[in-house]
This record gives sequence, structure tokens and C-alpha cells, in this order.
Amino acid sequence: MIAALKKKETYQEYIRSLKFALYCTTHPLDGFWDLTHERRGTYAAANTILFLTLLIRVMKLRYTSFIFLTVYWEGINIFLYVASVAFPLAMFVIGNWGLTTLFDGKGRLGQVYMASCYALTPYPLVQFPLMVFSNFVTVDEQEFYMVISALSLLWAALLMIAAMGQIHEFGAGKNMLFMVASLFAMMVIVFILLLFFGMIAQGVAYFISLAKEVMFRL
Amino acid sequence: MKKIIKSIGAFAFGAVIFATSSMGVMAAERSYTYNYDYWGDVQDSPDAYTVTNVYTASSFGMDVNFKNPQGLFVKGNMLYICDTGNNRIVQLERTGTETFTVARIFDSIKGDTDVTALAGPTDIAVSEEGDIFISDNGNARIVKVDSDLNYLMQFNLPVDSNVSADSIFQPSKIVIDTAGRVYCIATSINQGLCKYEADGTFSGFVGATPVTFDFIDFVWKKLATQEQRQRMTSFVPTAYDNIYIDHEGFIYACAGGQDEDALDTGAADAIRKLNLMGNDILVENGEYPVYGDLYWGEGGGYEGPSYFTDVTVFENDIYVCLDKNRGRLFGYDDQGKTVFCFGGNGNMDGYFRQPAAIEHMGHDLFVLDALDCSITLFTPTEFGELVYSAIEEFDEGNYVVSGESWNKVMEMDGNYDLAYIGIGRSLLRQKQYKDAMEYFELKYDRENYSKAYKQYRKVWVEDHIVILVIVILAIFLIPMGIGKIRRVKYEIDTADIFENRMTGRSL
Repeated sequence: MIAALKKKETYQEYIRSLKFALYCTTHPLDGFWDLTHERRGTYAAANTILFLTLLIRVMKLRYTSFIFLTVYWEGINIFLYVASVAFPLAMFVIGNWGLTTLFDGKGRLGQVYMASCYALTPYPLVQFPLMVFSNFVTVDEQEFYMVISALSLLWAALLMIAAMGQIHEFGAGKNMLFMVASLFAMMVIVFILLLFFGMIAQGVAYFISLAKEVMFRL
Repeated sequence: MKKIIKSIGAFAFGAVIFATSSMGVMAAERSYTYNYDYWGDVQDSPDAYTVTNVYTASSFGMDVNFKNPQGLFVKGNMLYICDTGNNRIVQLERTGTETFTVARIFDSIKGDTDVTALAGPTDIAVSEEGDIFISDNGNARIVKVDSDLNYLMQFNLPVDSNVSADSIFQPSKIVIDTAGRVYCIATSINQGLCKYEADGTFSGFVGATPVTFDFIDFVWKKLATQEQRQRMTSFVPTAYDNIYIDHEGFIYACAGGQDEDALDTGAADAIRKLNLMGNDILVENGEYPVYGDLYWGEGGGYEGPSYFTDVTVFENDIYVCLDKNRGRLFGYDDQGKTVFCFGGNGNMDGYFRQPAAIEHMGHDLFVLDALDCSITLFTPTEFGELVYSAIEEFDEGNYVVSGESWNKVMEMDGNYDLAYIGIGRSLLRQKQYKDAMEYFELKYDRENYSKAYKQYRKVWVEDHIVILVIVILAIFLIPMGIGKIRRVKYEIDTADIFENRMTGRSL
């Protein structure tokens, strides 16, 4: 591992795979097919894109003009804010993999994660210049910001759909079906988590009250 | 061992002090005057008004105490009080800041009319000519008398197809405009304000509140049986509670008792500013609609939104609404932004039991309490006067003076959004765009920030036009130049005459 870091090829491979994300944004079908089948993508690049996405999202809070994003700083928890992207993404990856693996999906968990991260590329790509741009516009020109911002999200969503189709080698209809099913899977995961933590909390509370009772009587 | 006990003791002592001190902080009372900031958080504020005095009938040397007084009217330095329960009207003259003398008390009118005794007068209005209009509720009429109380004419039940001819006319609140027209709110008439021409003829209803009605209501009505439908609340416009005519002739009408959801969605307006057509032209550019308190917890036995029972409008277009639910006064500026909120229910000075009417004389406020039978006189504090002067100076075009006043306001209350925006607007007028932008950004004023930024950007571009052109040209020319050079280089490299040498070198 350490030895690999010292080799120049590792970095060339990293840069090449990162650049490949740009190719994926404009050639989604071809790009995402090659991503796994031709081993053009790397986890390092996927992690970088995810990190950039989260970073830009946090940076937007501070550096977007207040015209577009007014932040109630008292109510911001940076970890929750990061989790608001990372957690749904994790759920989507797990939920999607869990479902597709039962229905002939060819993608492995890691590949689903990698493709999902690659599909996020438009977000840092568009939102960062947009963040800078926001400081040079007035309310009259806010439509530009709104439209471009919305397009970046739409673009990422389309890439996500394309990516999943290519990773799992699904046709269009089956792919859409499993995208929707993945959303339901996410909801099931949330439900189970809530149930789990609710039960744990109750269980803990039971033993705490038991311990308190014992302490009162001693 | 001793040491351990000592340290435990010290720790316990510290913990007790910490707990009590933090409890002290927790129990800290909110200030009497408060304000809502951009986020809708309550911000304590210095008092804008203080109670100068609370007057009862005996303070004016009158034998009979007020009984359920309902109406208040100010003309010049005259204060008229409709002592509804005693069927009389008390006219007071203000002789000093705190002193009043009784000008006259009358319970009947003179002249050519069958009924001369007033019966439960609920409101009074005085025209420029000195004619007095009295909403004589118990006698089912609005009566017009001259300044010596001689009967001139009266206004009766509206003659209209919507009003049953045998119903009893119960005028409650009246205003008159400069042309002598009378606008009246009458109990059980909810088509809007009854408008009478100067000659006494009824000329129609104006400014009915729009009926709120949604699809779900419609479906329920369709499904319900006849009996159920009758028991449902009928979709009728909310009746107005009170009206006030400002110095420009616009009628401010308040309708309390609105539905919470309707207020939140903006379907209902607690305050409406009516033009001649009866359309609502109230400006609501504030972050929150004009409906008093933003949050209505159920503390202290009061629930639901603020119930505006009266409104008064200063000459600087600031209007003060009286909330009879929690006994509070809400001041809004001409943009619908909160200027101040203060008051409460209680027996102390500055608190009310059942506030019924509000009026102003100059910058002073009178609040009539129907249950306490008292009049509270509020006078602006230094803070209040500064706010007013800042707003008035700005309206008159003295932007620098206005900015200075706002600066003083900001020094007294750093949480006062209007001060920052006021300073910003003053700077904007003085063409100090960059500074103005800072103030607007602090209080999230998008519109004004954009105005300032637009100018700042324009000036910046004009100042840096040469550099801009050079940069733009560079952006286009440098890549073009590089491309050209590369092409030339490529031509040279691949040219036939050099080929032998090239291949020779490579070999």
C-alpha cells in the first residue's frame, strides 16, 4: 500500500481516473460502462469526488451570497449538514445494491458506490463556479443562479440513473423500476434504523431505571 | 481524607452557585418592549414608549366613572371619549404634556330630532369644519351635529338588497373623509364598510374581506347533508373590528379573530389599507406578515393569534395596532416591518385588561381600556423619538441626518434591524455603496443590497474598464497566439527541408 504511494504510476492512474469523471458527465452511457467494465474508475477518484461534493456543500454555506442562501448560523451543525448528503447516499448505495443483487444486477457494492460518486461530479463542477458567481449578481439576476443550480442537480440525477443502468447491465425500463425501488429500499432502511434505535433506547432506559431503583434501595 | 472531603465540599459549593446562577439566567424576564428580527427571533429592545400616566374619570375631576368606554377620537388637542356604558361623550382638552381639562360632557344633542338622548355611543368622528359624527348605536343611527351639538342630519340603515329592511342598524365604528363621506362598520353587516355620501344617501359597500374557501371545504360541503351543512361555519367575510382614516384619506381597517392558518398562508389580513375602490393596498415587505405576534403559545391563559381591535396611523405612516388578546401594541412602518412591540395583560401601568381603542396625538399614544375604564398615555422615549426622527428625516430627504439618527438608534439597540437597514439606505443615498452593502448584508436585506451592489458594480466597471478590456482581450488573444505559434512550430518540425536532419538526429 505504502509502496504503491511512492510509485509515479499510481498518481498518473489517479489523475487519469479523476479526469475520466469529466468524460462520464458528457458521455454517461459509454463512460459508466467503461467505468467498471474497462476498469477506468478508481475508488480514490470516487472518494475525491464525494469529498469535493461535501466540501463544496459546506463551503456554499459561507461563500454563497446571502441573496441565495441565508444561513441561520445558530441552527447549523456541520456534521448533520454533511450527513444530509452522505447518509442518503450511503442508504441509496446499500439499498440499490441490496435489491439489484437479487435481480441479476451485475454491479458489486463497491462498484455501485464508485458509480454513484462519479455521478455526483456535476455538483462540485457547477456549484463551485456558481458559488463564486453568486457574489456578483443582484436579485434581478437571480434566475440565472436558480436555473443553473437546478440544472446541476438534474444533471447529477440523470447521471445517477445512467450509471446504475450501466453498472448493473439493466435495460431502461428495468433500470427505472429499480431506481424507484431503491428509494423504497431507502425508506425501509430508515424505518428499520428508527425501530432499532428506538428499541435500543428503550432497552437502555430499562436498565438505567433498574439500576436507579437498586441504588435507591441500597 | 480530609483533603478529599474539602475538595468535594468546594465542588458542591461551586455546583450550587453554578446551578443557581444559570437558573437566574433562565428565569430572566423579557424586556417590556421587544422586536422580531429577520429570523423571527424575539429580540429585547429598549422601550420605545413609556407610560406617562394612567387616567380614570376621577383624574379629570369627574364624579361618574367611565363604564365600558368603546371609542376614542383625537382632533387637534381635543380627546373625545365615548363613554358607551354611561351614554355620554367626554371631550377633554390637553393643556400640557400630562394635564387634561374637561371641555364638555354631553349625553344628548339639541335640535330638530325626535330622539335627543344618546344611547350607547360607540364611536365619534369630528370633521375639519367642526361637525361631530356620533355612532349612536342604541338609537340605530349615525348622527351628525354641528360643533354646538345642534342636530344636522342622520344616517340610517343601508337601503340595499343584501340588508333586510326590518333588521336593526347597529353602527359600531365610523370614520369620515375630507369630503364628508361616512364609512361605518355595523354589527351583523359583513359586506364591508357601509359608505354614505355627504348628503346621507347610502352609496354601497366597500372593502369586503375576501372569503376564504378551499377545495377541501367544497368537497365536505358536497358530501354533507342539509343539516350538517347548516351547522358548518358559513363562508362569510370576516367583519371588520375597527377603522381609522389616515392623513392621506386611506382607510386602515383591522379585522381581528382571523383563522390562524389563513393568517399564516396570507389568505387573511389582520390589517387592510383600503383605497377609494376598497382594494387592499397595504405594503407588506417585511419578512413576516402584519399580524402581531409571530408565535402564540398558550402561556398565561391566552391562546391564538393577536386580535387587532384598533389601529392608529401616525403622520409618518407608522401604524400602531392594538392586540386585545394579549394587550399588546404593534408598530409597523410603511413597509410593513415591525418597529416595536410592547405591552401585555395585567394591572400594572402599561398593561391592559381589555384594551378597546387606540389613538395618537403627535407621537403620543392613548389606549382606552374598556374593563379598567382607564386611558393610558404613552409618550415616546429617547429611543422612540430617535426612530421616528430617523424615519421622518428620511422621508423628507435629509438622508445624512436620518443616517445619524439611525446610528444613535443602533448604539442603543444593536439588535434593531431597522437601524442597520436605515443606515444602509442613508449611505446608499449618499452614494457610499460599499458601506451600504455591508449594512444591508448584516440584516439580510436582499432588495436594498442588490440596489447598492448594482451601483457599486457599475462604478467599479466604469473605473476599471481599461483593465477589463485588456483582460478580456488577453483571454482571447493569448490562446490564439499560442495556437498560432504551435502551428508554426509544427509546420517547421514537419517541413520537408528539415526532415533529413530530423531523422538524422533521431537515428
